[in-house]
Amino acid sequence: MTLIKIDHQSWIDGIKKAKAAYRVFGPVKEKKDHEFKLLDEDRMPDLDCQNTRMSPKAIIYPQSQIMFNYSLDESKDDCRIMKEVENVSSPQAIIGIRPCDALAFPIVRRNFDTPEYQDTYWVKAYEATTFVGLACSSACGTCFCTSAGTGPFGEEGLDVLMVADGDGFYANPLTEKGRAFVKTAGWTGKADSNAAEKIEQMKTAAEASVTSSVATDRLHDKTILELYNAPFWEQDAFACINCGTCTYICPTCWCFDVQDEISGKSGVRMRNWDSCMSPLFTLHASGHNPRPQKHERLRQRFMHKLKYYVDKYDNGIQCVGCGRCIRLCPVNIDIRSICNKMNNFDANACVCKVTSA
Amino acid sequence: MQNPYLPYPVRIDEIITETEDKSLKTFKFVFLNPGDEEKFAYESGQFGELSIPGLGEIPIGIASSPMEKGFIKFTVFKTGKVTSYLHAMREGDIMGVRGPLGHPFPWKTLEGKNIVIIGGGFAFTTLRSSIVSILDPANRSKFKDIHVIYGARTPGMLLYKEELKAWAARDDIHMNITVDGTNDPDWKYLKGFVPTITGEKAPPGAEDTYAIICGPPVMIKFTQPVLDKLGYSHDNIIMSLENRMKCGIGICGRCNIGKDFVCKDGPVFTLSQLNAMPKEY
Amino acid sequence: MTDYTDKIKEIAKRLLAEGKVDIVIGFRKGTLPMMNQPHVAASAESADELIWDSSCGLNLANYLTDKKGKIGIIAKGCDSRNIVTHVIENKIQRDQLYIIGVPCTGMIDHHKIKAMFDQEVRNVDESGDQITISGDGFSKTVSKQELLAENCAVCTHRNPVIYDELAGDLVTEQTNVDPYASVKTVEALSADEKWRYFEDLIAPCIRCYACRNACPLCYCPTCFVDESRPQWVGKSQDTVDIRTFHLLRAYHCAGRCTDCGACERACPMGIKIREFTKKLNKDCLELYGWEAGLSIDQRPPLDTYKNNDPQDFIK
Repeated sequence: MTLIKIDHQSWIDGIKKAKAAYRVFGPVKEKKDHEFKLLDEDRMPDLDCQNTRMSPKAIIYPQSQIMFNYSLDESKDDCRIMKEVENVSSPQAIIGIRPCDALAFPIVRRNFDTPEYQDTYWVKAYEATTFVGLACSSACGTCFCTSAGTGPFGEEGLDVLMVADGDGFYANPLTEKGRAFVKTAGWTGKADSNAAEKIEQMKTAAEASVTSSVATDRLHDKTILELYNAPFWEQDAFACINCGTCTYICPTCWCFDVQDEISGKSGVRMRNWDSCMSPLFTLHASGHNPRPQKHERLRQRFMHKLKYYVDKYDNGIQCVGCGRCIRLCPVNIDIRSICNKMNNFDANACVCKVTSA
Repeated sequence: MQNPYLPYPVRIDEIITETEDKSLKTFKFVFLNPGDEEKFAYESGQFGELSIPGLGEIPIGIASSPMEKGFIKFTVFKTGKVTSYLHAMREGDIMGVRGPLGHPFPWKTLEGKNIVIIGGGFAFTTLRSSIVSILDPANRSKFKDIHVIYGARTPGMLLYKEELKAWAARDDIHMNITVDGTNDPDWKYLKGFVPTITGEKAPPGAEDTYAIICGPPVMIKFTQPVLDKLGYSHDNIIMSLENRMKCGIGICGRCNIGKDFVCKDGPVFTLSQLNAMPKEY
Repeated sequence: MTDYTDKIKEIAKRLLAEGKVDIVIGFRKGTLPMMNQPHVAASAESADELIWDSSCGLNLANYLTDKKGKIGIIAKGCDSRNIVTHVIENKIQRDQLYIIGVPCTGMIDHHKIKAMFDQEVRNVDESGDQITISGDGFSKTVSKQELLAENCAVCTHRNPVIYDELAGDLVTEQTNVDPYASVKTVEALSADEKWRYFEDLIAPCIRCYACRNACPLCYCPTCFVDESRPQWVGKSQDTVDIRTFHLLRAYHCAGRCTDCGACERACPMGIKIREFTKKLNKDCLELYGWEAGLSIDQRPPLDTYKNNDPQDFIK
């Protein structure tokens, strides 16, 4: 590992240099909250924030994205022929992405980049992106990354991990892409010999600041039907208003809808983020709906993240512990309580209780 | 990298109104670009996304057989926005088709076996494809006895009427064509619901006998106990499901039943598989 | 208001024990400060979870739509007005309900409070009319009046308008407030300025529909934005579609909105959605002398016709 030290001036210079070669995204304060934005020439990322309100998933996977365009003009030879709209493929970098949000991309990749089909839009944008992460020095009360497959200094999904040190940073390039970015930024300062030890101490302190957690160790051992038929869903869904907040702000929610829109004689086929909370999500044209009740939709979301994904990929849960859904849910549905309930659920004990009562 | 959402452009070559109420039409498509037909190499039981620019896409089972060359066929029930528009389109119109999608019926497993094909209403399209494939001289010897039980409400609601007649005249397939009821004095086939006819005409369950069922939920609900009674193992009962779909390739996330996607992991499942899945279809 | 909690629990348990109701709908403590959760209690054990404080701002009438059986429901002033609206609009029957009225002194604004501090708010404690907000290395005590949600600060119907039993003594209604001050500011803008004002207002919208789904008025089986045959509104992030949603939803609430503020409280992006509905409330008051949900015996002005209805909008 070659640790690099970036002092304040070379940080500013480096971001400027990077902008010549990459489209650079970073967190900036918009009104009251921080959001990831494409940084124009003069704007620096504002890393003095706990995390952004929206996850950075939209940089790779925009909420609305045009996939094809076409003409409906009968006099044209290409009338009704779909033409692919090119997606991002020039280099871009996300600066200051947190380890939790970074882990979301390899998770989501399992869905978009499969052995059989590659979602060209997502894959091209992902491959064009360099993830320059910033380790978290302290956690929010709603963070539970350390029990969701990463941590405040987690490296999976990142090309560079930066650690704030005074008004500068240490940077650890983790991949080829990361080394290329660091080179472009001109960050060459060698970190002093005790840096690794110092970082290790900061990491320990940061991990200790994560005070909440989820238990996931027993999710895999239960059958889908045991959890699906568990008695708690209806009660836990009572408060749910079936809005799309949790799904839209989630870095690992990937579902989308495909829509055609026309204007005059030209049209587009586009995709928009969709939400399993909406009854429309599964409504058949016949009027039949496999998930007509709100608790069935809430169950789908948690079963997807905490059981279906677990079974399908054998690679942890489809959640990175960023805590956004807990912070932003209008009715305080808390994934931590639900996950623990699922993990601790004992179908047999439940049957016993019912029969003995 | 191949864009999996890009449809092949096709021209509507022929439109056949199948049923007396005109709610079902068969669309025969030819590919506009040479080479696309080979790329669309499919097996019976798979489906395609019919793509109408300006309207959207709908997943429809492929009704033609891979043994039929030069075109692909889909029989479409008029129900939603896209299907209603499609029903109003004309021969010569240009649209798109994406596929083939999903898994076919398990033809490797079915080789050397008896097959009972049970269909009801308009869910006979991929079954038609299967029958045409099985009866092709190149394939017929690969299978043992073939039984078909196909029912509709009335004679006028049966699909592929001419083909049904031709198959009923053959001696290498046991056709049981039935209607719920009819006053037609010339009706020479059966009367009765599909589950009842299945109880009377289907061979008993055996290790080398497989049932393929496609039909409306109510037909499936009442046919299943009949097959149980006949001694069919749930591994030998093969079904094809439908759910609302968009991408058709297991990515957009809406058609899942448990951890499986109807589009990519299905639409064909055995009853044993379905028994271990939530009833979200 | 925290002292209502014991009384609420006692009433709920009594109603359940006596079989007067099958369930009681109220709030329980949330896992985050200022985030209490709507809760349904069907047993004494579950009724023990019921609480009351100044973070019970969601509108519980939203949970009544088309419900069957006998229901006990906790209702502050605005909830009670939406219960009235629900009864008028046939979404619930009055005799199904046992309304436990809660005289309200206003709810605090979690968006505003979070925005007051750079650090994360970890605790919010309430004692009388003082609210203590604390987090890592900070603690601040503020008078509740300064932290009220905007709708609560200008509320003139704090007492429930309909109830079967009260959980506390009636409070004095506010009279020295101008509920429509913010509307007047917008009304004074030029057309272009208004346009920019509203464009800016809804710019952060992600179309999660939390505002609609938290609103007791928005009970349409299929909302116009979700209708596909015909499809009135596109589903993308196109500003025309987002604007259409907000404007039409507001109009659909005209003469029905009680300014409960549930939409704003629910919005994850902190959008001031009441800027739309408030204007229509003001118009209804000025044109018809109407405020929604005050009486079970009066039809709303937009579904009745009177000879002397104002007609000067017909040009």
